[in-house]
Amino acid sequence: MERPAWAPRSIDISVPSVSRIYDYYLGGSHNFEVDRVAARKAMEFMPGLPKIMQANRAFLRRAARFAVDEGITQFLDIGSGIPTFGSVHEVVQSASPGARVVYVDNDPVAVAHSKAVLEGNEDADVVAADLRKPQEILTSPEVGRLIDLNRPVALLLVAILHFVEEEDDPFGAVAELREALAPGSLLVVTHASYEGIPLPQERVEGAVDVYKDIRNPLIMRTRDNIARFFEGYDMVEPGLVAMPNWRPETAPEDEDPFAYSGFAGVGRSA
Amino acid sequence: MAEPDGPEDRLRRFTTIWSRAVYPASATSLTRPEFELKLVPLARRLSEALRARTFDAAEGQAVGAALIDAHCTEPEALSRSLDCVDAYLVLYCGEDGPQEDLRNRSARLQHAMAAGFAHALRERTLAEQEAIAQAALEAQGVVAEALHSSEARFRAVFEGAAIGIGIADLDGNVLQVNNALLRMFGGTEQLVRGRKVVEWTHPDDAPQVWRLYEELVRGEREHYHVEKAFYRPDGTVLWTNLTVSLLRDADGCPQYQLALMEDTTERRLLNLRLRYEATHDALTGLPNRTLFFERLDKALSAREGMRFGLCYLDLDGFKTINDSLGHAAGDRLLVEVADRLQSCATAPGEMVARIGGDEFVALTTGPDTEREVDALADRIMNALVTPVRIDGRELTVRGSIGIVEGPTGERGPAEVLRSADITMYRAKSAGGNRYELADAEADARAITRHGLTTQLPAALDRNEFFIEYQPLVHLGDGSVHGAEALVRWLHPQHGVLTPDRFIPLAEHTGLIVPLGRWVLEQSVRQAREWQERHGGKAAAGPLRINVNLSPCQLTHPGLVSDTVDILERAGLEPASLCLEVTESALIGADDDLLKPLRRLSEMGVDIALDDFGTGYSNLANLRRLPVSILKLDRSFTQGMQQFPADPVDLKIVEGIVSLAHSLDLAVTVEGVETGAQAEQLRILGCDTAQGWYYARPGPPDRLHDLALVDATG
Repeated sequence: MERPAWAPRSIDISVPSVSRIYDYYLGGSHNFEVDRVAARKAMEFMPGLPKIMQANRAFLRRAARFAVDEGITQFLDIGSGIPTFGSVHEVVQSASPGARVVYVDNDPVAVAHSKAVLEGNEDADVVAADLRKPQEILTSPEVGRLIDLNRPVALLLVAILHFVEEEDDPFGAVAELREALAPGSLLVVTHASYEGIPLPQERVEGAVDVYKDIRNPLIMRTRDNIARFFEGYDMVEPGLVAMPNWRPETAPEDEDPFAYSGFAGVGRSA
Repeated sequence: MAEPDGPEDRLRRFTTIWSRAVYPASATSLTRPEFELKLVPLARRLSEALRARTFDAAEGQAVGAALIDAHCTEPEALSRSLDCVDAYLVLYCGEDGPQEDLRNRSARLQHAMAAGFAHALRERTLAEQEAIAQAALEAQGVVAEALHSSEARFRAVFEGAAIGIGIADLDGNVLQVNNALLRMFGGTEQLVRGRKVVEWTHPDDAPQVWRLYEELVRGEREHYHVEKAFYRPDGTVLWTNLTVSLLRDADGCPQYQLALMEDTTERRLLNLRLRYEATHDALTGLPNRTLFFERLDKALSAREGMRFGLCYLDLDGFKTINDSLGHAAGDRLLVEVADRLQSCATAPGEMVARIGGDEFVALTTGPDTEREVDALADRIMNALVTPVRIDGRELTVRGSIGIVEGPTGERGPAEVLRSADITMYRAKSAGGNRYELADAEADARAITRHGLTTQLPAALDRNEFFIEYQPLVHLGDGSVHGAEALVRWLHPQHGVLTPDRFIPLAEHTGLIVPLGRWVLEQSVRQAREWQERHGGKAAAGPLRINVNLSPCQLTHPGLVSDTVDILERAGLEPASLCLEVTESALIGADDDLLKPLRRLSEMGVDIALDDFGTGYSNLANLRRLPVSILKLDRSFTQGMQQFPADPVDLKIVEGIVSLAHSLDLAVTVEGVETGAQAEQLRILGCDTAQGWYYARPGPPDRLHDLALVDATG
């Protein structure tokens, strides 16, 4: 039987959370020892993991600014996690005061934390929902209050799609979201992949196993597969590329080799 | 733009070196140039503190803390910053100050930066730990609240559900029940709670009920579904559809049993009633044909070595009672007979059923029915001996019984019943008030109503019918006056059948209409042929033809047009046709029914009232009927066969003839078998006669010959 929406799963902070591990990689302390144990374990295989997270944040920042430059003032960030710093509302509201941001996460602790951070911010809110149930997101009161689906929206799916297994139909879920968006909307995606990581695949698999062990498996997809998330959308230049290569603002020699792991891209709804 | 190699330019160069060193160790999402811009004010503070008139190491602390704000939380970032300050601050920002003093200040600034960094990092770490702990607590509160409201909803479902819900532990102790369950049991919670599930036994429990229960509490079964009865505290019975499920804990260990029950008591009663009504005769309360067939089927499929005996009873003359005393009296008679029959079959394995109007069956089963079935038939015959008293009358009831007895497993119910039916008819045709035993040969010979009914339609298509003609003789001069057409069925197996065997069946199925039309056609054509063959030479004028009309044909809308059509096509005068209608068909006839007869009569067709005197002859009614001939039933002439004739019969016939003549009706008598009879009837004034004395019914040529003899002799 499917669990009804009003009966959330219980919270067990003795189980590592990907949101808090992510925070740890970014030097934050919004994490518990269980999270740090898992994070350190993964780093034994891939010491550059923090650099990948950092590259994600840098790409997110550039893409958000790009969206603001395109005139977009509504942002839907699914899988927002625990934004230690440089989160979307900070980036876009400083560039475009009054821009609206709705965060979505299925981790109740991440949601509670975001609520605390966003207190007093009239133009941003957070929804406890799951990417696998797009209608619950689209019909949430927060989205209803802050986002006008008849106008373009920037939909941010940064470092989340690789946590959705095939059996949960990530392509179907993203398609459902794409269809709900008005023409001119942007889809911002980063996704993990074996491609681009400066390590042999066996070592990466060690890190992937850590995520499997914490029952939050990391699904590595090929570039071609990742491109399918943009079906029906036009890719914004330079297309689906390694994160540092997407509209870089500085010379790439500053970049850590791990930053080139996986892919990033922005698509525009016709 | 800063002046090349001026102080500002040198400050920026220091900042650039610093940012290049620290940026890789930071977690910032800023680009390096952006990051460098953030470091510029920090570098300026260090630079100014280095050269200030009064040295303040606290500036170093502020810069150390600012690194944390710029998300340089890694110890490596501090280490690199200190390296950088140590190596380049004095060089780029010391200007021309005293080197030793500057180096001293730089060192103290570094100590202060380290302290500021550590302090800020500790504060931030604690704050973030606090924030995430709060968030976790908050989230747990949300979950707890949701769980609480979820539980409240489940409780509302539990309490408000229309079905009864109960939870018991695996020892069978009832822990919790909802209101619906209490209502079903009609008790208070004390009566149900604290009881043991295993106490709820009931004599009607299916054998598997408690086996399933044991399997479930042992954890070998996840759920079961049964129909189960319970005693309510007041002793009444509660019937339920019961579903019991095993509830396991998170580790999968059996923990509780959950019972869901639906009260089916009412539905069950209704079903029982419907079943009773569907299987019992409303009038007598006896099992009906359906139930009897079920029982018979069961009896016939019983294990080897068993036998069955069946008595098929049909009351003799019941129709007469119904017709003369009315249906209400007939019904009361049936009820009385049913009661008596019931008392005849009280042993286990015996049953009585009513399977049709006045048809009853009694069934006996067991190893010894050969003897028992005769005893049963005797009991039935005896039970009918005492007259039945209805409305002050003593009615004598007689019945004919067909008995079938034999081993089970050889014949099906339909075959057994057919055999019993045939045997019963054999008893009836042997005079009734008796029983006969079935025998296979007699069965094979028997002509069953059912068989004939199904063969009738094809018989018409296959031309199995033919017509015989019985002469009608003028009593005055003995001349042949015409003939009555009598239809016969040349049945492929049973030979020639007379109308009494199949006309009632044809009436019943409606086949009488096409069959009657065929008879009329044939007869009219035959009459026309006779007339052509000897013109008007017959002594009594042109030969006439009498054709019987059944009640069913009377009401058929095509009667007049069909008759006219047939006459016209054959070229026969309407006056040469006489249609015979039985008296009973016209009893109570209203004008609508008489209208077609009137039309035919106006055209010149004679209408004869057949079998006159057998029913309740309503003499007053005769006037309004469009009838020109009375045909006296043979029962009147039987008394005249001997000599001297029965004087009462003579008086009656004389009276009827006189009455008929005064109404301008001719009188025809049937069943004339002796010359004395013929003479007597002539004296009494009858006009026409028919009977074996003159000729039996025969082929058309016989009549032709008779008429010729008549004409010449």
